[in-house]
Amino acid sequence: MTKTSTKLAFLTGGFVLGISFAVSADATASASMLSNTCNGCHGMNGNSAGPATPSIAQMEKVAFVETMKALQSGDMYSTIMGRIAKGYTEEEIELMAGYFSAQTFSPAKQAFDEEAAEKGAKLHDKFCEKCHEEGGKPLEGEGAEYSLLAGQWAPYLHNAFADFREGRREIPKKMKSKLDKLIEKEGDEGLAAINAFYASEQ
Amino acid sequence: MKMKRRDFVKAAGAATAVSMVGFPHLALGAGKKVVVVGGGTAGATAAKYIKISDSSVDVTLIEPNEHYYTCYLSNEVLSGLRTLDSIKQGYDGLEGHGVKVVHAAAEMVDPAAKVVKAGGKDYPFDRCVVAPGIDLIYDKIEGYSKDVSEKLPHAWKAGPQTAALHKQLLDMKDGGTVVIAAPPNPFRCPPGPYERASQIAMYLKANKPKSKVLILDAKQKFSKQGLFEQGWEKFYGYKTDNSMIEWQPGPDAAVAKVDPNAMTVETSFGDEVKADVLNVIPPQRAGTIAQVSDLVDDSGWCPVNKKTFESTKHPGIHVIGDACIADKMPKSGYAANSQGKVCAAAVVAMLEGKEPGTPSYVNTCYSIIAEDWGVSIAAVYRLSEDGQTIADVEGAGGLTPMDASDEAHRREVEYAYSWYNNIVQDIFM
Repeated sequence: MTKTSTKLAFLTGGFVLGISFAVSADATASASMLSNTCNGCHGMNGNSAGPATPSIAQMEKVAFVETMKALQSGDMYSTIMGRIAKGYTEEEIELMAGYFSAQTFSPAKQAFDEEAAEKGAKLHDKFCEKCHEEGGKPLEGEGAEYSLLAGQWAPYLHNAFADFREGRREIPKKMKSKLDKLIEKEGDEGLAAINAFYASEQ
Repeated sequence: MKMKRRDFVKAAGAATAVSMVGFPHLALGAGKKVVVVGGGTAGATAAKYIKISDSSVDVTLIEPNEHYYTCYLSNEVLSGLRTLDSIKQGYDGLEGHGVKVVHAAAEMVDPAAKVVKAGGKDYPFDRCVVAPGIDLIYDKIEGYSKDVSEKLPHAWKAGPQTAALHKQLLDMKDGGTVVIAAPPNPFRCPPGPYERASQIAMYLKANKPKSKVLILDAKQKFSKQGLFEQGWEKFYGYKTDNSMIEWQPGPDAAVAKVDPNAMTVETSFGDEVKADVLNVIPPQRAGTIAQVSDLVDDSGWCPVNKKTFESTKHPGIHVIGDACIADKMPKSGYAANSQGKVCAAAVVAMLEGKEPGTPSYVNTCYSIIAEDWGVSIAAVYRLSEDGQTIADVEGAGGLTPMDASDEAHRREVEYAYSWYNNIVQDIFM
């Protein structure tokens, strides 16, 4: 009997301990605690030092959440980011989205081909401006989720376009038809020119 | 009831008194002193993030060197892909954040007196962060010592040792053998010796194709092994008669003895191997100051509270980076950076008398096996329910898949360089 009661006491003790630990372990980390872990690859406050990891400062909240979910599910191709995105709960992703959307985007300081950028500006107006307003600059309100192209790192955009074109990343219907037309008329050079234009917006 | 003027004054006075009492709450950490020992990845990160979180905390960083050469990407200096200067970092950025940087060698942390002794001076602290990195245990290998490491470089702390090993590779004749003595667990940068073998093979393949790299390992398996062996097969003829890389597993292959004059090593099995370049990476433990300040346990590493990185041996002192026992985080640069941030938040909270918040930790680590061929490992961690383990979130993280495309491997190199640019900005700028 003694044995049983000891066991019971132990179990009860364990149960109580379990609760007290569960409370501390279940508390969600703060937005800054979570977001600071991203800086090592995406830069202080989400402004990347480049060249291939994108800046995520001032990224619109819904776009951030949707991107993380697409990375988790594999709907958006990635090398490493899908593996990392799977480590976070919806609540944590929301907190990080809030944190990064409140930061200020700094355009990347990068070299670009001036002639291509001039041509790219015109092509952007023709093919992209309707959704990516103001040359793809960070916006507030409507259209905000289509921003962060102006001053984004060119190697990142190059990779993203390759994923869109090769079916590794979901592409909205409208964008696909515009992109197809651009490639048809201007070829890969046209796309490179648009990237040069975004790189020129510093 | 109508308030008389005198009563109003009294009430206002009381309100003032309350607010005067209340005011210091705005900056409870004000004037509190934190001394950070060691300006590597973990220490510099902690110093910067404490200042960012609460600029009223007086933060002093004690670091003997005026520059820090990052261990990450130092293997590319060996292959000649980059210069030593390209991995050199300074402390101006930290000073810009208000960190007082003192270039002196810390001799001891006195937990009772709450002072750090360095360069004949005492630096008092309310909380201390110790980030000394690793100590190389030279005498675990017979014939090896700090002096001998001038001739047989370890190059496991980047800087002059890296330059020395690079020069030896340049001077080596075609047809030579580079021996890497890989250390037993736990040690700094688990994939490091194997990335090093890859980078050296890359250099030899282009410049001295009759040469080879022989890894004599103390271990039976190693980090990212499948991915390394796959890359070695693809680029360096691994497992063929003409392989440029050969790996011999422990415990038999562990280097037990070196002879710097004969340029030979003896394995624990008793085999003698002749080398043209001999890179001896000895067993490791927490940095010297942790040893002399009673911060280590029998393993030679520092036990800590996994939530705050406060030493379980001496309260008020935190240990982060390679020196601490942070299972299951590896001893990597990103882990040290992540621990620096968790520790900084805990230190600021504890200085204010508050309970530290829930931590969150990440590791990402790249290895570059050949041109346009990178691999990675990642993990997101949470504190386990019992508080004893920094546990990786199940279903997340892991390695580059074995069937990754060439394009994926190319991007991993791009991301490795981006990782470098961003992490040094995050730590030092």
